[in-house]
Amino acid sequence: MHQVSHDVLIIGAGLTGMRAALEIAPGVDVAVLSKVHPVRSHSGAAQGGINAALREDDSWENHAFDTVKGSDYLGDQDAIEIMCREAPSAIRQMEHWGVIFSRADDRRIAQRPFGGAGYPRTCYAADRTGHALLHAMYEQVMRRGMQVYEEWFLTDLVVEDGVCQGVVALDIPTGELILCRAKAVVLATGGYGRVYRTSSNGLVNTGDGMAVAYRAGAPLTDMEFVQFHPTTLKSNGVLITEGSRGEGGVLINAKGERFMTKYAPHAMELASRDVVSRAEQTEINEGRGVDGCVLLDMRHLGREKIMERLPQIRDLAIKFAGTDPVEVPVPVRPGAHYSMGGIRADNDCKSPLEGLFAAGECACISVHGANRLGGNSLLETIVFGRRAGAAVNDFIGGRPMPRPGQHHLTDAAGRIEALLDHPTGERAGALRRELGTVMNRSVGVFRTRDVLAEADRVAARIARRAQRLWVMDKGRTFNTDLMEALEFQNVTALARTIVAGALAREESRGAHFRQDFPRRDDAKWMRHTLAEYTPDGPKLSYGEVRKTKYEPTERSY
Amino acid sequence: MRVEIEIERGCPAEGVETHRERFRVEVPRHVTVLDTLIQIKDDLDGTLTFRRSCRSAICGSCAMRINGRSGLACDTLVESELRRFGHLLIQPLAQMPVTKDLAVQMAPFWRRVRAVKPWVTKDGEEPSWPVERESLMEQHHVEEMDDASRCIMCMACFSACEVATVDERFLGPAALAKAYRFVADPRDSERTERLTALNGSGGYWDCTRCNQCVEACPKDVKPMEAIVNLRRDAIRAGLTDTIGSRHITEFISIVRQEGRLNEGRMPMKMKPNPLELLKVAPLALRMLRKGKLPLPYHPPIPRVREVRRIIDRKKGST
Repeated sequence: MHQVSHDVLIIGAGLTGMRAALEIAPGVDVAVLSKVHPVRSHSGAAQGGINAALREDDSWENHAFDTVKGSDYLGDQDAIEIMCREAPSAIRQMEHWGVIFSRADDRRIAQRPFGGAGYPRTCYAADRTGHALLHAMYEQVMRRGMQVYEEWFLTDLVVEDGVCQGVVALDIPTGELILCRAKAVVLATGGYGRVYRTSSNGLVNTGDGMAVAYRAGAPLTDMEFVQFHPTTLKSNGVLITEGSRGEGGVLINAKGERFMTKYAPHAMELASRDVVSRAEQTEINEGRGVDGCVLLDMRHLGREKIMERLPQIRDLAIKFAGTDPVEVPVPVRPGAHYSMGGIRADNDCKSPLEGLFAAGECACISVHGANRLGGNSLLETIVFGRRAGAAVNDFIGGRPMPRPGQHHLTDAAGRIEALLDHPTGERAGALRRELGTVMNRSVGVFRTRDVLAEADRVAARIARRAQRLWVMDKGRTFNTDLMEALEFQNVTALARTIVAGALAREESRGAHFRQDFPRRDDAKWMRHTLAEYTPDGPKLSYGEVRKTKYEPTERSY
Repeated sequence: MRVEIEIERGCPAEGVETHRERFRVEVPRHVTVLDTLIQIKDDLDGTLTFRRSCRSAICGSCAMRINGRSGLACDTLVESELRRFGHLLIQPLAQMPVTKDLAVQMAPFWRRVRAVKPWVTKDGEEPSWPVERESLMEQHHVEEMDDASRCIMCMACFSACEVATVDERFLGPAALAKAYRFVADPRDSERTERLTALNGSGGYWDCTRCNQCVEACPKDVKPMEAIVNLRRDAIRAGLTDTIGSRHITEFISIVRQEGRLNEGRMPMKMKPNPLELLKVAPLALRMLRKGKLPLPYHPPIPRVREVRRIIDRKKGST
């Protein structure tokens, strides 16, 4: 066990974490901590694109309106305006840092149509936009010689006297536990997709930052809003980008009908994701699916266009679904993809806990409200990564380095020892499958009270069982069995907040659809859900949605 | 289906020497190697250690050797491996020290990547905020960088590289492909510096073009092609004072003169320093004795003028 000190600690080295680190003022001692090597972060899996009003005949106001509407009016409009206004500069700065965007005929950054957008404003790098951004970002981190603690796993926030004073982390390669002191901590740890059995997310997306913050007293906002991406592969939940529809791909059911005419006659396949996912699930539930899926047909795009704009998803479809989209439609279905909810943060990424900042998918500011538009998540990372860095620069001025007690370290060590001590019991893998199956079935695209109530009980039981997991690996070096057990404990805590929020919210809005309350109820429910940790489970309260100029109207595509 | 999988394991830091273990598992038919490893870890042996995340060949975490070939576990189907080889042997990547089981130390790889200065270098200041415009770029530049920019840094090519096995100094396929990505980027202002820095020992001339990196790469980066492109760009930039570049320029020069390659003249052209030439004299004598040393002088082939016309026209168009 030992200790390190830095002025600023950033947890998570995906797009948000690295962008925040690059914004920290020169001369300030900043370190990034990540449980995987930075380029392994799930930001790299984003495919379709990143939104901005770059063109003269587009405007950030239009982008903001699309985003507000996409959020089903739960998004905080001032935050959305900030994001859309800063988007063009944020993207151009990334281009300046070497991102290889696909180009239009006029040599400017090319843009494609995307779901829920009234203008083709999604900038892209073939169909690997996240990968392109992530690697360019890491190149800048290497260029500046920034300190990155690779494969350090966040176990606790260090909070004393109501102030966040650092973190405790487990150095996975050596097994050492380290107390990391800092004047400011930025959480940029991504989403929690692995709560669900089938998800597009990487296996690392276990919501660690959210869970750790939650246990330390920071509230989580809007956890019940889980985005189910309409086009994920049946076998493993792997993502087929929305760009496939942006480039002209269509969705058909078993009868060969383009069923979106029934659900979104104007936007069709490019309606917002929650609308499309519900449409697909309805077709499947009503017997018009094909083997539990619908079909994504891209044949009419032609081989050349697919090879140029969508080469990666063609490879994925061939490898994991055995279908070549050039020849045959690809079976797809909705899959858990993005976490609209997260750690409560303001427009400058400040959480209610002094010294703690949160940005990116792990935060909820809220720019996405009840449903996120495609292309806005990559945007969120670089806009709020930057804003978090800037806010930290202002915050730390003149602050002394905190001196938290050693007990934070010994407490964490004690808990880990206790976990390692169980000679037998339940394996995290089996429990993970059990919880994931319940979440898939009961807290998915369509929800109802009784099913949610049962899921609530099951989630609570599994959370208790997860306190007594059997970790078979008792070694110190690279103990991923231990890490996965700790991750699963985080997953169970978050699952409870998702179910609780879904059970309490008796309306349908964005991605949260209650079959027993199918209407949006602005009078009672146009408010954010806040979940606070108690040993008996999440305690819910509600907060206001901030409006500027957009009045809520009925949302149709 | 029932599968037997053999895995090379060990943990030097904890005194566990390298050894192999067999596992027998019941798996669905279309399962990947990664799915199988996860099943073993979850249900049979939690101490089995490997890196993984995306399951879709984009994060690069799960690179390892499968039946001797470096590649990603998440996009290798168990069934096709069994069909091809009749068994399933899993080992960690080569070239890098093992931390535990299939998790290796990545430092030797990243050290080489850093050595090529893998970031766009521009003249002038950082643009101030708000950033009004992006730089303009033709799509053909994007396409030129397409292969190299697809790299996910999984380290499979480095593991497969035959030169890296014997030469510590060689930067390896991933680092050099990455270097090419910047040489081909019109926004980078240090093109000549890059080519010059990598022109010597450990750089792009040390590749033996064995193609193992191209075979190993799960993203079709074709690192060897990037290396060949670096050589082409180096010669065009006037960096012609290496054995490697002379091999290329003299090859063309001899073919132009005689209509075919004259192996007997090549050593003299590549190593103009007579002292260097003396070093290969023993080999030359052995070749002469076995009738394998061509005469340095040969008359040109009958239609050599046509060969010259072809070469001159091609040279003229570059």
